[in-house]
Amino acid sequence: MFHESSSVIFLTLFSLNNSLSSPRKSISGDFSGAGLSSTMTVKGRYQLEWSKSRSRSISIISINNIFINIVIQHRNLLQSAHGSTKMDLQKTPRSKESFEKVPFITAALTYLGFYFLMFLGFINQLFFVPKIATEKNREGYAPLYDNFEKFYFKYVYRRIRDCWNRPICSVPGARVTLKNRVTHDNGWTFQFTGTETQCINLGSYNYLGFAKASGKCADESIKTLRKFGCASCSTRLELGNMPIHDELEKLTAKFLGVEDAIVFGMGFATNSLNLPSLVSKGCLVLSDEKNHASLILGLRLSGAVIQIFKHNSVKHLEECLKKAIVFGQPKTSKPWKKIIIVVEGIYSMEGSIVHLPEMLELKKKYKAYLYVDEAHSAGSMGKHGRGVCDYYGIDPREVDILMGTFTKSFGSAGGYIAGTKALINHIRIYGHAHTYATSISPPVTQQIITSMRIIAGEDGIDGKKRIKQLARNTRYFRRRLNQIGVIIYGNEDSPVVPMLVYLFSKIGTVIRTLTSRNIATVGVGFPATPLMEGRIRFCLSAAHTKEQLDYVLSHIEEIADILGLKYSRKPRTTTKIEYSDSEME
Amino acid sequence: MNTNLLFVESVEVLRNSLLHYHTLLEVILVLWIVWFIFKKRSKQDSVPSKELVENKLAEWRPESLVPESPKNHPSLSPKYVTSKVGKRVIVDGKNCLNLGTHNYLGLSDKAELIESAAAAIKKYGVGSCGPRGFYGTVDVHLELEERLAKFMGVEEAITYSYGFTTVSSAIPAYCKRKDLIFVDERVNFAIQKGLDASRGNIQYFKHNDAQDLRNLLMKQEEIDKRHLKKGAKVKRFLIIEGIYVNTGNICPLPELLALCKEYKLRIFIDESISFGTIGLHGKGVTEYFNIPISEIDMIMGSLEWAIGTIGGFCVGASFIIDHQRLSGLGYCFSASQPPLLASAAITSLDIIENNLEIVQSLKNNALSIHNGLKEILMLECSSFAESPLKHVYLKEQKDRAIEEKLLSAIANKCIENNLAIIVPVYLESEIILPRPSLRLCISASLDNSDIEFALNALKKCTEEILSFCE
Repeated sequence: MFHESSSVIFLTLFSLNNSLSSPRKSISGDFSGAGLSSTMTVKGRYQLEWSKSRSRSISIISINNIFINIVIQHRNLLQSAHGSTKMDLQKTPRSKESFEKVPFITAALTYLGFYFLMFLGFINQLFFVPKIATEKNREGYAPLYDNFEKFYFKYVYRRIRDCWNRPICSVPGARVTLKNRVTHDNGWTFQFTGTETQCINLGSYNYLGFAKASGKCADESIKTLRKFGCASCSTRLELGNMPIHDELEKLTAKFLGVEDAIVFGMGFATNSLNLPSLVSKGCLVLSDEKNHASLILGLRLSGAVIQIFKHNSVKHLEECLKKAIVFGQPKTSKPWKKIIIVVEGIYSMEGSIVHLPEMLELKKKYKAYLYVDEAHSAGSMGKHGRGVCDYYGIDPREVDILMGTFTKSFGSAGGYIAGTKALINHIRIYGHAHTYATSISPPVTQQIITSMRIIAGEDGIDGKKRIKQLARNTRYFRRRLNQIGVIIYGNEDSPVVPMLVYLFSKIGTVIRTLTSRNIATVGVGFPATPLMEGRIRFCLSAAHTKEQLDYVLSHIEEIADILGLKYSRKPRTTTKIEYSDSEME
Repeated sequence: MNTNLLFVESVEVLRNSLLHYHTLLEVILVLWIVWFIFKKRSKQDSVPSKELVENKLAEWRPESLVPESPKNHPSLSPKYVTSKVGKRVIVDGKNCLNLGTHNYLGLSDKAELIESAAAAIKKYGVGSCGPRGFYGTVDVHLELEERLAKFMGVEEAITYSYGFTTVSSAIPAYCKRKDLIFVDERVNFAIQKGLDASRGNIQYFKHNDAQDLRNLLMKQEEIDKRHLKKGAKVKRFLIIEGIYVNTGNICPLPELLALCKEYKLRIFIDESISFGTIGLHGKGVTEYFNIPISEIDMIMGSLEWAIGTIGGFCVGASFIIDHQRLSGLGYCFSASQPPLLASAAITSLDIIENNLEIVQSLKNNALSIHNGLKEILMLECSSFAESPLKHVYLKEQKDRAIEEKLLSAIANKCIENNLAIIVPVYLESEIILPRPSLRLCISASLDNSDIEFALNALKKCTEEILSFCE
């Protein structure tokens, strides 16, 4: 009952926003009449969808659950203002990077809609107490969860719960098979229908297309599995050290062009368990505000002072460095033991690429050290797929600590840290993961070795082709989205493409609509992103063909009209965008 | 007279005694504003001048990124394993009987396990290419979670991709700043890191000492009496291990549980070692002590030891476990477990469920090694008799460095004599650095002759090394 009332109100908001955004369509050459009709379609369609799924709670807003804690923690650390980031970036525009500002009306509506939803959730909570999920035999105990947190997850996030954690039952390749599920109780629980949907996969981090169940990588992994088993049941320092691990470390070091490397069984653990052995009390860490949770956790465990600088802002970083040098440690004013700048290669939520050359200059000037997390960029960036250093043509030895994961481009699992021999030896002796966590599984290791050899070109030109294909797909897809008129964030060369939809209602609707058209994507909203920057994220892959991208783009274009996603006020080209290798167009 | 009136009265008094009290207030206000402006200027808000920065920069000598590490540190030259890790293992070219790795049930090299992993590669590829939230939830993950929940007899299970991260993520998902956390002082490193991340108010009690815990709780009760309101809001937790990795002892669960009920503590147990190894069906300490699992708020476990793959899990009521799907950092932000490892874990559970005698034979082996160790006079073992993990110490306590040297010499000698035993490696940053020991991991696949061989080899090597040193 409350769902219905909420949906009516949101429908109004939704169409209001849509009709408000329609005048902009004239820029793209549409007639205002077309805008009007599209508004009508929205209403009709939305109502249709609503009546179809009355039993299911229609999601009005979107929250990305996932980053809740860490984002809040990160914010608490320095209360960095998210809003100012964009402005800062606009002051120093980069030719290849774009962070278009949100239209005022949309921003206002987004806020309004969000508070409305909170309000409705609150009323909902007063009247509707779920039968499931209560704690038993714990009367008189202090409540386990924070009230707001509980409310948020149960009455706000639940409405769009179906957009995340979707189970798959195939390789997460260019296509992926979803297991269909339904909810009969407004998102509290899900049941499988027994059916499956095959979708084009723009959600997985399969940048170079190595997620495959057959072929060289899979065959060699199976061979290694039969020879060495699944796992060693031991740590590297005890009895879990196999020659294949050494082989991978040597190969990684060679691939990246540094002295030495060390590998771990989990990417997240690589950051969170090794940073404490690199920084300690009395050290200052300058951390980008959009850094990944694992980095923040690692830094928090280290006991170092963490200062956050605005996303990718070289200017702000320099200010922080200057202050750190002059003022030293708080209270005592003693100089810092050391200063470490922690950045990522590609930011997975922003699609931006680190301004590495400028950061390197600062690092040298101010005698700081640089830690680059290449979770998304290793393999996917640069002519040779060696990450951001390769992309900028920088000697990788200039970066003090190179970290990366094997989950993404290599289609496997695990992570590495690479750098000088002294650094790696230090981690071998003092790193938490190396001492206490189990060694990386042999078949998983083999997958990395095989795929890395292919990328490095040791087995012919297949790797080069993949890197080229990814770059071509990225440019084509981003240019076409720009042409459609949606706002996308980030660098032109980044295979992570966030498309801004702002309103919470739209995140859920876009994901569901795209799924119904056999396209699997990921949505991200508050609190993973700032409140009014709800977005859909596409991850491109070398495995995607032009036809698949065209199919996706044509549907995006269609729903962008229906749902009013054409927020961009930048001039659009009307010329046909070529699917080509050329950098310039 | 109520407090409001008191306030009015006091202002009245002030007004009468200080005729120009408002002038005074104004002066204070002006002073405060001046101070505020001055403070703003002197604070670190403005960017320092160029000269100042340059001067300071020229003076500043930052530490090197990492200190110079000792050249011949043992961690830099670990032993090589060049075979599957099973009942036997090839260490540095020597074919050894394996008492060094944690494959308690001898499952890690089982053909069924490997075939199911191979089949998973053929269906899903190797990696999952995404976190659980973003198309990284493969149907085998859901199946594994369901199977674990069923095996343990609880509502829900959640799986992680790495054992260490499971424990260190699950704890801070519930324990927050200001929460009271009572912890056994000998808990493993993963729990220690989880506690660090939680930033709670941590109180360590003596290893397996319920009385010491009671004392702490009573002390806390005293404090709470003074702040009744505050005390009621503070969450209290007890975090223990089923069988302690660092000592091989079993926790006195019934006593601790009684305290939990009395003082309203929620209890989390890390069953990394005890899962699959203790109790009639291998369900861990709750089964061993015959305690209904619903009494325990959460059980954390590892798939890396008895189960023989890689990953970790937590089980408990849905109310508890479901929270981690949104707040478990290592769950949300990490790529999901490779499907081949999940698939292998399911096969492991199949084997355990269908072969009750495995757990039984593990128990028998543990007992016979425990008895056999008593015959070796130069060593002592205080670990729990049925524990599959045993720490063997030198009977005569010596300096840490000397003990370490002697024990590694014994371990190396054992490997030369075809018995793989290791000296566990610890970092200095442990809360209590465990005493150097030889660690024996007993497997269900050993038979009587293996045990006899192992004990004899250990005895021979120990005597040789220790007599040589004397």
